[in-house]
Amino acid sequence: MSNVKEVLFGPILANNPIALQILGICSALAVTSSLSVSLVMAIALTLVTAFSSFFIAIIRNHIPNSIRIIVQMIIIASLVIVVDQVLKAFAFEISKQLSVFVGLIITNCIVMGRAEAFAMKNGPVMSFLDGIGNGLGYSVMLIIVAIFRELLGAGKLFGVEIFTTIQNGGWYQPNGLMLLPPSAFFVIGLVIWALRAYKTDQVEAPEYKIAANSRAQEAL
Amino acid sequence: MASNNDSIKKTIIVALSLCLVCSVFVAAAAVGLKPIQNANKDLDRKRNILSAANMLDTSTSVDEVFESIETRLVSLKTGRFATDAEINQAGIDVATYDQQAAAKDPALSEVLVNDPASIKRRAKFATVYLVKSDAGIDRVILPVHGYGLWSTMYGFIALENDFDTVIGFGFYDQGETPGLGGEVDNPNWKALWEGKKIYNDQGEAVIQLAKGGVDSADPQAIHKVDGLSGATLTSRGVTNLVQYWLGEEGFGPFLSVLRSEGDQ
Repeated sequence: MSNVKEVLFGPILANNPIALQILGICSALAVTSSLSVSLVMAIALTLVTAFSSFFIAIIRNHIPNSIRIIVQMIIIASLVIVVDQVLKAFAFEISKQLSVFVGLIITNCIVMGRAEAFAMKNGPVMSFLDGIGNGLGYSVMLIIVAIFRELLGAGKLFGVEIFTTIQNGGWYQPNGLMLLPPSAFFVIGLVIWALRAYKTDQVEAPEYKIAANSRAQEAL
Repeated sequence: MASNNDSIKKTIIVALSLCLVCSVFVAAAAVGLKPIQNANKDLDRKRNILSAANMLDTSTSVDEVFESIETRLVSLKTGRFATDAEINQAGIDVATYDQQAAAKDPALSEVLVNDPASIKRRAKFATVYLVKSDAGIDRVILPVHGYGLWSTMYGFIALENDFDTVIGFGFYDQGETPGLGGEVDNPNWKALWEGKKIYNDQGEAVIQLAKGGVDSADPQAIHKVDGLSGATLTSRGVTNLVQYWLGEEGFGPFLSVLRSEGDQ
């Protein structure tokens, strides 16, 4: 039972795909300028990760080793196309804003990473939960970034005005940088810093160390 | 079993059957959802047209309001409504004609020589929307597009039945800088267009965005709208595209025909 819990909730804080593994950054930059769009993207990615892991785990014993990556890609790609079609049919406004990024879930490292690292070695149910868990980890990060960006960049949350902006006769001067993709880098960086300050075991060992200064007598 | 998996026969069987299953799955989703998607696209287009004409009303459905609007094709060369013969010859249909797609089709478009809006190709026919009352045409809604700073901006402009006064203007598709050029979507800015006049006494399309804001003492103020601060190039693009589309090369001749002859 504790195993299920670990698989499902581990990726949220302890093993977050974005914060610890630094995967799936590109979509986290692109779609987080508004909260509602991020939420849809998070749901879409969670579903794709969960179901692709599930289907791959079902047929994992029959996948020839030589074409396993292609097999995983086909399953992921099919699911992404279906998600894209469903969004266009039932959430047209949001699908217009997400535009190409739904399609780009195919190349999201999290989906592929979980398929290769977990689903190829575990049963369908556990793989499904692992997909949900990693999707949640991605979602949490996306929502945090989106809250900062939409609130500071446009003074809104879910499109509802929180800070009245100067353009609309209020006091808040929106920070335009927050609406541009680079700001997601800053927010993600700050979140990673906060997370590692709290969970110090995530801090990586430095790759190199500066040697101690040479002493005067050594230099002679 | 693992060694058996890597045989050529097994590899081919797995690959083929997987492709088959996935393609059926994808095709079913795409075909099954197509009608809903098309309805969405149609609704979205209608909503944009109505919002340009300030006719969007939350209490009635978009389709219901749209029923009072007549969709016609205009031949941009002659400035008149496209005749049935022209429409048949081009092999198009008013209900399904897509001006954006037609602009990419060599048979339905032409390369522009004079191209201030930087659109390169233009469809030969344009879709216009007429709102009618008993007294004739009440307002007319025209599609316009042109290049801003980063993107081609697509929008609609609605004119009153003097074919000069703006009722509303807005873009439904643009990719300008959020917060700067992207402010073309700001409802407060769009509201500035209402009541502005397109043409001067000589009948030239002179409406433009004024850098630094419009001085109300300026005699030309009726032809000027505040420029977008921090977005000189987007503002210039908007000026160019509006002047182009409403000018002599665009809908200018069509509007003068409407002015003198009505919708005959």
